Amino acid sequence: MSPRHGIVPRLKRKKIQEAIGSGKRMDGRELDDYREIVVKLGVIEKAEGSAEVFLGDTRVIVGVKIKCGAPFEDTPDEGVIICNAEFVPIASPNFEPGPPREESIELARVVDRGLRSAEVVDFSKLAIVPGKHVYVINIDIYILNYAGNLIDASAIAALAALRETMKPIYKVKDGEILLTDKKEPLKAEKMPVAVTMVKIGDSIVLDPSADEEEVMDARLTMTVDEDGNICTIQKSGSYGLTLEEIEKALNIAVEKAPGIRSKITGND
Amino acid sequence: MSAHFESRDLVIPGDVLYEGRIRTGDNTYRMQGKVCATRIGLVDYGRGIVSVIALEASYNSLVGDLVVGKVVDIELGQWMVEIDSPSLAILSVPDAIDAPFSPDVVMPDILDVGDMVIAKIVDLDRRRTPILSTLGRGLGKVEEGFIVRITPSKIPRLIGKKGSMVNMILKETGCDIVIGQNGRILIHGRTREQEEIVVDVINKINKEAHTSGLTNRIQEYIKGLKEEQN
Amino acid sequence: MSKKKSRSRKKKKWERVDGREPNELRPIKIESGVLPNADGSSYIEMGRNKIIVGVFGPGEMHPKHLAKPHMAVLRCRYHMAPFSTDPRRSPAPSRRDNEISMVMRYALEPAIFLERYPRSCIDVYAEVLQADGGTRCASINAATVALVDAGIPMRDLVVSCAAGKYDGKVILDLGDYEDKEGEADVPVAYMPKLSKVTLLQMDGILSSEELEKCIHLSIEGCNQIYEMQREALKKKYGIEKEEK
Repeated sequence: MSPRHGIVPRLKRKKIQEAIGSGKRMDGRELDDYREIVVKLGVIEKAEGSAEVFLGDTRVIVGVKIKCGAPFEDTPDEGVIICNAEFVPIASPNFEPGPPREESIELARVVDRGLRSAEVVDFSKLAIVPGKHVYVINIDIYILNYAGNLIDASAIAALAALRETMKPIYKVKDGEILLTDKKEPLKAEKMPVAVTMVKIGDSIVLDPSADEEEVMDARLTMTVDEDGNICTIQKSGSYGLTLEEIEKALNIAVEKAPGIRSKITGND
Repeated sequence: MSAHFESRDLVIPGDVLYEGRIRTGDNTYRMQGKVCATRIGLVDYGRGIVSVIALEASYNSLVGDLVVGKVVDIELGQWMVEIDSPSLAILSVPDAIDAPFSPDVVMPDILDVGDMVIAKIVDLDRRRTPILSTLGRGLGKVEEGFIVRITPSKIPRLIGKKGSMVNMILKETGCDIVIGQNGRILIHGRTREQEEIVVDVINKINKEAHTSGLTNRIQEYIKGLKEEQN
Repeated sequence: MSKKKSRSRKKKKWERVDGREPNELRPIKIESGVLPNADGSSYIEMGRNKIIVGVFGPGEMHPKHLAKPHMAVLRCRYHMAPFSTDPRRSPAPSRRDNEISMVMRYALEPAIFLERYPRSCIDVYAEVLQADGGTRCASINAATVALVDAGIPMRDLVVSCAAGKYDGKVILDLGDYEDKEGEADVPVAYMPKLSKVTLLQMDGILSSEELEKCIHLSIEGCNQIYEMQREALKKKYGIEKEEK
């Protein structure tokens, strides 16, 4: 999270750079270590799918709700995915109630692009009455505690939630859509994984803590699919990255993605 | 006239601690001849006073407190410092450089927004806004180290009786430690290993502040951590 | 069954939708100190309700002109996650959310020593993760624990429970279905040591006797929940105590 009102915490940055320079971060991690990841499925029974993720102290819940609705105009025969993120005030003293801040919109869109580009769900199989009624899948990301790296935590939670989501079955009779009480799995089979790094001075550091995000120069997220292809990239922050840094980040992302993926499948 | 609990029992707000006449201390209030707790903590009936040693308490600024704060704004002739209390604290130029404010004084050169500062609360104005001063040994802008936060109510335990706990930690780890009454602790060691031990110990004290025999246990704990590191 | 009974009109045993007795609470679980970034926090499950509350403060009041000269301002915000209900609800606050935020504030204010923090602000944020009837009561129960966890000085705890009427019978702790299909819903909040009611609302239609029955039943429920709040607060320190 970029510092509010541009307050640069100089002492903090100095200390963090010193620690990183010596090879170990303030919390004892190596530069390319993730914090402990815990995934819990089905935490919101009333939703069609849900998951809660702890990434260190960062805590995120994703709820998936499915209904029947109108398709997007440019894809009339395909189902719809809508991602939304709430940075609720309990998550941090810096989060205030009110309209979505730009970071929460960015988060929702990055997670959305990751799921969409990797075609996590076969959208063409989600039409009920092609052109008129399709499955509308709402993915709501709820941040419960901010301790850095909301993107990776949210992406893991969204994917885990989709994988256990059951969609309601609709019946079409005489032009009317009827909701049956039967359900079937949504079948989210692809597994894109987001890997986020920050640049602090000359170092690239993986899975930033809140303090590291506060003092970073730039942040880079790369979402990687099971074949090692990149399906989403997002750079944010006020400073630039060299080509070497981008290459280094790319290698880290491709190397670390399988480990994250196994945290999600390990809970099946 | 009776005590409803035993000393060191855990009580919660609203619990009736004593019925009848008795002197009242911290974290209690009187209601129709009864003395009740206002915070969660350990009740104490020592020396004819009933009080509660709070396990959780928001920081309450007292004149004389040493605090670690963050400069969040610069106004004409004064810095606004955040010390985790109900209002921001004020550090005026004369209280920082022992000279009156003049147009020559470039305030950001002395203390800029984002800087951390060690200060003493010298007054509370009529609106209970803490007034700070950095005139004095060991006070002023923080140049080295990092900050760890714990609940303000646990600070007395971290200091110990007449400094017994903190002096023991200083001796065993060789780190510089400045303890702010507002729950912020500044740590600076010569090596990261020393600093890591101190952070570990502070977190342990934060969790076990309400238990007894803590100082000795912490001393053993530090010895154990040092052995692990070697 | 004797022959006499079988000749009379057979009455089906009156049951609640989830099989509870009329004066039985749903299963309740309360935890304190669950959010590292908040000054105080609590998580509650009441039946299928799941609510998490964070408290911040006392701190500076923003905007300054809304500060009160002689006491702290208590701000409550009750908010529901989009996935908390069926169907999904919009994340924007609804009029109901605003009203519940306000009655939460009225329920909690009498218990807090607001006059000790003039010109400052205490924020209570209740996030409903899953809703199943009685969320305002559950929110108040969790908010109280969170306030104590934050070290805010209080006169007493505030406990809350609803009673009501469903299918002609006065019942305790209405679930979502009973709330929607029943004849009346009476949420109550209560300070148990001071014996004062701080929230009282009613929705539906009741005779005076039925209303009184509901209020008494609510307070019985509150007394039971009070013990659970106490346990939740003590539990945070209980484990460490045994490590001696």
